[in-house]
Amino acid sequence: MTQTLTINGTARRVDVDDDTPLLWVLRDVLGMTGTKFGCGRALCGACTVHLDGEPVRSCVTPISAAGNKRVTTIEAIGATVAGKRIQQAWNELEVPQCGYCQPGQIMSATALLAAKPKPTDADIDAAMSGNICRCGTYARIRAGIKRAARESRNDRKGA
Amino acid sequence: MISRRQFLCTGAALGGGLLIGFRTGPSIGASPGAESAASAPFVPNAFIRIASDGHVVLTMPYVEMGQGTYTSIPMLIAEELEVDLKQVRLEHAPPNEKLYGNPLLGGIQATGNSNAVRASWQPLRQAGATARTMLVSAAAKRWNVDPASCRAQSGEVRHAQTARRLKYGELAADAARQPVPKSVVLKRPGEFRLIGTPAKRLDTPAKVNGTAVYGIDARPRGVKVATLAQSPVFGGRVKSVDEAAAKAVKGVRQIVRLDDAVAVVADHMGAAKKGLAALVVEWDDGPHAKLDTSEIVGALEQATLNSGAVAQNAGNVDSAMAGAVTKVEATYQVPFLAHAALEPMNCTAHVRKDGCEVWVGSQVVARAQAAAAKTAGLPLDKVVVHNHLIGGGFGRRLEVDGVIRAVEIAKHVEGPVKVVWTREEDIQHDMYRPCFFDRLSAGLDEKGTPVAWHHRFAGSSVLARWAPPTFNNGVDPDTTEGAIDLVYALPNLHVEYARVEPPGIPTAFWRSVGPSHNVFVIESFVDELAAAAKQDPVAYRRALLGRTPRAKAVLELVAEKADWGKPLPPRVGRGVSVQHVFATYMAQVAEVEVSKDGAVRVRRVVCAVDCGTVVNPDTVEAQIQSAIIFGVTAALYGEITLKDGRVEQANFDTYQMLRMNEAPAVEVHIVQSREPPGGMGEAGTSCIVPAVANAVYAATGKRLRKLPVDTAALKQPA
Repeated sequence: MTQTLTINGTARRVDVDDDTPLLWVLRDVLGMTGTKFGCGRALCGACTVHLDGEPVRSCVTPISAAGNKRVTTIEAIGATVAGKRIQQAWNELEVPQCGYCQPGQIMSATALLAAKPKPTDADIDAAMSGNICRCGTYARIRAGIKRAARESRNDRKGA
Repeated sequence: MISRRQFLCTGAALGGGLLIGFRTGPSIGASPGAESAASAPFVPNAFIRIASDGHVVLTMPYVEMGQGTYTSIPMLIAEELEVDLKQVRLEHAPPNEKLYGNPLLGGIQATGNSNAVRASWQPLRQAGATARTMLVSAAAKRWNVDPASCRAQSGEVRHAQTARRLKYGELAADAARQPVPKSVVLKRPGEFRLIGTPAKRLDTPAKVNGTAVYGIDARPRGVKVATLAQSPVFGGRVKSVDEAAAKAVKGVRQIVRLDDAVAVVADHMGAAKKGLAALVVEWDDGPHAKLDTSEIVGALEQATLNSGAVAQNAGNVDSAMAGAVTKVEATYQVPFLAHAALEPMNCTAHVRKDGCEVWVGSQVVARAQAAAAKTAGLPLDKVVVHNHLIGGGFGRRLEVDGVIRAVEIAKHVEGPVKVVWTREEDIQHDMYRPCFFDRLSAGLDEKGTPVAWHHRFAGSSVLARWAPPTFNNGVDPDTTEGAIDLVYALPNLHVEYARVEPPGIPTAFWRSVGPSHNVFVIESFVDELAAAAKQDPVAYRRALLGRTPRAKAVLELVAEKADWGKPLPPRVGRGVSVQHVFATYMAQVAEVEVSKDGAVRVRRVVCAVDCGTVVNPDTVEAQIQSAIIFGVTAALYGEITLKDGRVEQANFDTYQMLRMNEAPAVEVHIVQSREPPGGMGEAGTSCIVPAVANAVYAATGKRLRKLPVDTAALKQPA
């Protein structure tokens, strides 16, 4: 059946089964390939997007659960304050290697930073351990989150 | 001074730009007059292109899969060409082994064996220098001045006396008409402005904002998406398929039945997966229906009781062993491992009557083309392959089984079809790092010094299948790397290898390949010898490194940086390892903590590396951080097992990856060196595994002779 989704602020109509995972609607129906497929069972986090700002695994999120919520993807996360800082830190610290998991890492990290502007190491472990990086960029991801958090505080002080 | 390099200039070929090809192999039929002709009968292997807009286009013979090659290789060109790195644009090389064959891999167009920088070190700098020389000549001619009075800098040629300057783009057409210099002078290390600096990666921004395009992101017009089920037992066949329920799924277009696989073609992957789940397939399991891992390991163990092919022999082991005061014996075992790159296997193909187009991320793009052509029944020149960024290679994309599958399916489909493997399919139909069984013995003299070393191991030879000419007299250079030519002084040494191919399970290269097995075994056994000699593991090794000063230096550096010898709490230990593989010297110290229930946590890893001249130190550090996580994952969790011919692991719950909360702190210390560059992508993986095992021994007194770590065996007795 036809459904309307609000993705990155734009209403998009799609005609797929209600139980279709959001991931495939984004990637295959709408052509938004920034969000990645890794496991299909919410075990790796590569497909992480935000629903009303909360990180979810789009590979197990049926579109029926996304219908009346705001979907934000990697394509638009740079328009949020936290997302922009995370992306900046990722660029400065050269976090990605193969880069395939990074959209998911960035979405998880952004949600963490938005919720906890000063995340501790334990906060980072809790928020990020659902995201696998096969290249093992964990140390730089951790450093990236801390740098983004520092930048946020500096900005606020300056404001 | 470089003499007699042949270069090809075909300025007209690309819109009046300057096109330079270069070669590294011996010249084939090159004649003096041939150099200026497009039809020159020699074979260049990579291309620089300078367009009239001034952009330098580098056609990359090596593919980016995280290792930073899309930055380090352009750095070599940019250094000598005197352009900013940002001016260099990249294109994936098309399949063409004559042009882009890897000189260090027998001319196969391949990205692997940690050798892109090694293979490019001379030829790419020469290509850059040659292009620069021709641009300078063109400017000098236009100004009617001595070329020696001109200087290239930041993408332009400058003439200081007359304060004139011309951008490369303005000179490209003229430069193409300049004679190719017979020789060029490369910069001395002290003159490097880019090499040795932590240059920003060219591929990072796109990987951060989500615009990077991997093979799985290819979306040719009208593309359908398919997913597949291959015979759960290797070598099995499809017996029957009931398509009805699958065809009823909204969005499912077609079921494709192959001999040993079934694919569901749909509008999107969600429908394809739903259709596949609804499909009822009966399989004929074939000859391997009862295969079990223990059977495979048993055959390997048996093979080590008989002699194998001699990989290396020095001195006289038998008499030395007979005269030894102490004898140490051990057997070791490593499992099959899956690659589990985060981008699942995928390939998009469009097969028409008169041609075939393929979109894929491949470490062997020319082989991908050949495989597609053969499968489609088309001549090579009718197959176009678009190579892409790879979401983790680790050796998996040195194989073309995924391309063959996609083309097989696409032959039945109207229009392009993207075949995406589920994670379960990716893990259960991988081509695996082989399992090995090793039998070792050593004789020590009264001081504990090893006077005899005997090592025999059995397992699959990947190279014997992948590059048959490299398998000679029963051995190949990969399977034995790390087991022979050891860094230690071992005057009486005998190493044998028995090639035993496991039935019904395909094997392939996996990050650090031969050394991933050998270094674990060798460095664990050396640790056993140190223990038998009642000596400190670092001091014991150091005493054997007299003839390998670079190995000794990294060992001493790592011991110092890792606080070797400083007391640790109970059930915490440090382990060390040293290796010389991929032309790089490396030593690591791992610090582990073993909980009461036997769980191993790697807390800290210190690595000292001498990889010769460093092109991009930030990439060196990143690759070591990465390789260590990869190796710790294998040491703690990695194991593929078979039961009833089926792989028992399926997804990241049963084939675990190290995660953020488990990742050790990693420190990397780089030794400054002007030696030629060594490989960096894989060395860290082989080195960490024995360091972890030796640390577990230090923490618990339990020697790990079989991977992965058996936590039950490490439980603290009540």
